[in-house]
Amino acid sequence: MISFFIKRLLLLIPVFLAVSVVIFMIVHLVPGDPIDNLVQINSTPEQKAALAAKYGLDKPLYQQYAIWLGKALSGDLGDAIILRRPVVDLIALNLPHSLALGALALAFSTLVGIGAGALAAIYKDSFIDRTTMTVILLGSTVPGFWLGLLLIMLFAVQLGWFPVSGARSWDALVLPVLTVGLGGVALVARVTRVAMMETARKDFVMMLHAKGVPPWQIELRHVLRHALLPVVTILSLRIGWILGGAVTVEFVFARPGLGSLLITSLNQRDYPVVQGSLLMLAIAVMLGTLLGDVVQAAMDPRVRERIK
Amino acid sequence: MALLSVKNISVTIGKLNLLDGVAFDIGAGEILGLVGESGSGKSLTAMCVMGLLPRIGGTITEGSIIFDGREMIGLPDAELRRLRGKRIALISQNPMTSLDPIIRIGAQIDQVSTLHLGLSAEAAKARSLDLIAQLRIPEPEAIHGAYPHQLSGGMKQRIVIAMALAADPDLIVADEPTTALDVTIQAQIIQIIVELVRDRQLALMLITHDMGVVAQACDRVVVLYAGRVAETNSVEAIFAEPRHPYTRELIRCIPRLGQAPGSLKGIPGAVPSVVDYPTGCRFNSRCGAAEDLCRNTVPALERKTSGLAACHFSEA
Repeated sequence: MISFFIKRLLLLIPVFLAVSVVIFMIVHLVPGDPIDNLVQINSTPEQKAALAAKYGLDKPLYQQYAIWLGKALSGDLGDAIILRRPVVDLIALNLPHSLALGALALAFSTLVGIGAGALAAIYKDSFIDRTTMTVILLGSTVPGFWLGLLLIMLFAVQLGWFPVSGARSWDALVLPVLTVGLGGVALVARVTRVAMMETARKDFVMMLHAKGVPPWQIELRHVLRHALLPVVTILSLRIGWILGGAVTVEFVFARPGLGSLLITSLNQRDYPVVQGSLLMLAIAVMLGTLLGDVVQAAMDPRVRERIK
Repeated sequence: MALLSVKNISVTIGKLNLLDGVAFDIGAGEILGLVGESGSGKSLTAMCVMGLLPRIGGTITEGSIIFDGREMIGLPDAELRRLRGKRIALISQNPMTSLDPIIRIGAQIDQVSTLHLGLSAEAAKARSLDLIAQLRIPEPEAIHGAYPHQLSGGMKQRIVIAMALAADPDLIVADEPTTALDVTIQAQIIQIIVELVRDRQLALMLITHDMGVVAQACDRVVVLYAGRVAETNSVEAIFAEPRHPYTRELIRCIPRLGQAPGSLKGIPGAVPSVVDYPTGCRFNSRCGAAEDLCRNTVPALERKTSGLAACHFSEA
């Protein structure tokens, strides 16, 4: 298991390098010059050149990349051009909010999604199945930002249970977690349901019935366990999405977060911040898939075998 | 009295009538062979006896199944579960897919004895290790901790046999237990099953399409054709004087040593499909001796001097 983990970790190094090149290049391929945003309207080309030299923007691209990567690996992502603060500080300020939202939303969608999916699969084609799946279909088709607004209207404005926006107290997390999590619930529930119904048709399940094992035990101890394997995969892919893709929800609830930081800095063409937050997100996605692989290997002996 | 008595059961799945008045008995300690081509209803009969028919969407429309003096049809599922695995066990067709791939072998055998005999985890494990050893598998302890994908097909089938024996059943239903295995292992597995069943004086319902296996292992034979019983008799009588033309054809199809090359022929035609069974005797489309009577009237399963046969022209 440990050797499996180390192998998977080593495999991430080339992926990380490739991703870092792409991240570095993307901002250089986008039109627009951050220096134009910094200098005064009437400044001379010399002043511009001095500024470019100060931020290292006059060097050839490959040198810029090498310098950037070297610094990034030692924890220095440079200074924000617009905000004039170290990028690391900006990330440190925003990441905890993203992590809290992401972790809680993921936990919420995992528990509720698996529960709902299992219920629908066990009582398939019944009233329970149809009701659950209808609610879930509705939930998955409503866009997050609109669902967020609805939740604000109901629970914050009408009922006054939770704050409308911000991130000052823990209860400000409830509505954003619900908003982000409900989309995940739909995804997880559908995958769980289909995977359980597929597993239930396998020969070994018939054999379990032939052994006289009670149906609830077959569903929970055997069928659900198999169904969780694909669920783990989609959950691990969702980690990165929740951290970076929850931007609209962060906007609706006026919450800080990596997504908001990325969008703001993109609008301002603040290259170092864009690169820094993209790099963080890429790392989150990679760690997410690593976590997914490790969990899957822990659950399925055949996966462990394949790696050896 | 017979341990299991299947009385004229008819089975439908959807609109298809798959079994039509199938009847046979199995005595305690008896090995009964159920033979016939694919599509004759052998596996379906096994499902009925296991009480698993509803799981594949089938219904028993007529007849009764008496096990140890008790009617099985209509028993609530909780009651059936107390029979399945405990008193009637299944050895399935394909060992490759019959074990849960992410659960250790040992746990899957232990499950049966903890469930039905109420054994503690340690007692169940000791029992499973003993069973594994009896199945002549080397290093029981290692196998107990292994996962199914680490074992060969033959080994897996032995594990399935161990699961079947784990709660000391009275009847074992073996549904073509060797069709998915290599030829070299088939004989071994049959031999192991027969030996263990004889040692423990268990009844065995052995489903096969191999008349060689029948001759080697069974006490009595039921020949099924297209969802009906064609003939039943003791194994000696069936081979000595088969009364149904289909049985004769099956026996003729066994390859023999010294047979002239090219002289081994199959039964002409194919088992008719369930959607267009011929009227009268269902074998009439492939029978050399069929007459108008066979095409119009269903032959009754009648008692002969020995055994039962369903043919208008069979000898007494």
